[in-house]
Amino acid sequence: MSKSQPASATRHNMKTIQPAWVRICHWFNALAVILMILSGWRIYDASAVFKGLFIPARVTLGGWLGGALQWHFAAMWLLVFNGRFYLAMNLLTGRIRGKFFPLGAHVILHDLREALKGHLSHADPSRYNAVQKFAYLLAMVNIAVLVLSGLAIWKSVQLWPLRELFGGYESARVVHFGAMSTICAFIVVHVTMVALVPRSLLTMIRGR
Amino acid sequence: MDPIKSKHMAIDRESLMIDVRRELDMPSRRLFGKRIVTLGGLVMLSGCSLSDDKSVENFLSRVSRMNDGVQAWLFNPKRLAPTFTESQITRPFPFNAFYGESDAPEVDGSDFRLKVGGLVRSNRPWTLPELYALPAADQITRHICVEGWSAIGRWGGTTFSEFLKRVGADTSAKYVGFKCADDYYESIDMATALHPQTLLSFTYDGHQLPRKYGYPMKLRMPTKLGYKNPKHIM
Repeated sequence: MSKSQPASATRHNMKTIQPAWVRICHWFNALAVILMILSGWRIYDASAVFKGLFIPARVTLGGWLGGALQWHFAAMWLLVFNGRFYLAMNLLTGRIRGKFFPLGAHVILHDLREALKGHLSHADPSRYNAVQKFAYLLAMVNIAVLVLSGLAIWKSVQLWPLRELFGGYESARVVHFGAMSTICAFIVVHVTMVALVPRSLLTMIRGR
Repeated sequence: MDPIKSKHMAIDRESLMIDVRRELDMPSRRLFGKRIVTLGGLVMLSGCSLSDDKSVENFLSRVSRMNDGVQAWLFNPKRLAPTFTESQITRPFPFNAFYGESDAPEVDGSDFRLKVGGLVRSNRPWTLPELYALPAADQITRHICVEGWSAIGRWGGTTFSEFLKRVGADTSAKYVGFKCADDYYESIDMATALHPQTLLSFTYDGHQLPRKYGYPMKLRMPTKLGYKNPKHIM
């Protein structure tokens, strides 16, 4: 074996950083979330929860309430089945433990401070810093809250435990809107970060 | 691993990196990326235009049909909708229809007859006093509109499943249909028709059902969205 090139460096470049299932799940999820948000906005407009807060129709999907509901109740299947597959694979492969933990408040705050100072490096794309770990875990929980609160709205009689969990039908609507706002904020930050570190986009497409 | 192979791999790594850098600099590569973004943009912001495509419409319709099946499976005929207290009633209870309040139909109760037809043993019409004499039932439930808003109201009348028994309705039929004085038509599945909270209602908040809320009668179903509850039933 040649000693002129460190074996680890060579192998690192060939190593897959994001396995195929992660990449596939990521893009299906991105599509599903976008369809849910845009059709959801049109549904919101039919009876705004917050008076005075109205989303312009041209950025919504569906054309009218009926069309938006069709999109919403179609994309939800993609969101849920893809999400369940992703969570199951994460648990089965142990990726969730390896990539997201250990995690603690102090290391999140430390990395956040470094990030805001511009000192956080992305030289090793196979490792998530603490802010990333926290953000991605938050996104997973957030989407779960969106799904559960959405079910509470859709089937407030049949799925009554969910309705009660969110404090009743009207309260579930507010939770649903709040969780949507949170995922939108996540998307803005996420896309900005990808734009700042374009190599991460390549990794999520090619895997390395 | 033999020495020749690893030297080969080392060279490849160098040229691979140069290659990648060159690829990304190529205008065609950038244009490809731009095209994806543009197509994505179209998908995101086309609103109507994407939904107008026939194949998309068909797909959405087929998913809707599938969802109907899922919803039927989810429906538990014994699951009751939540009930509320007098103090929780939404006041004023909103008027909602596909026309303005002043266009709500005027029905003369004095010679009104409820016509009954289809798979029933007795299709004789019913007068209002005859209907009012049926066993009374009352509920304070949440009316939820497909638009998302809701309002809590109080309806009184008679349990619809009991009425169906009295007219000798064939409960193996799949649907019950309702023709309304405002030219609305609505149908409900038999499972919902027989649900204990499905009420043929004649009163609102203890008083005769006013014209704006569906005089002479409305089918109140707290297990269904508002638009499924027909008013001014004939």
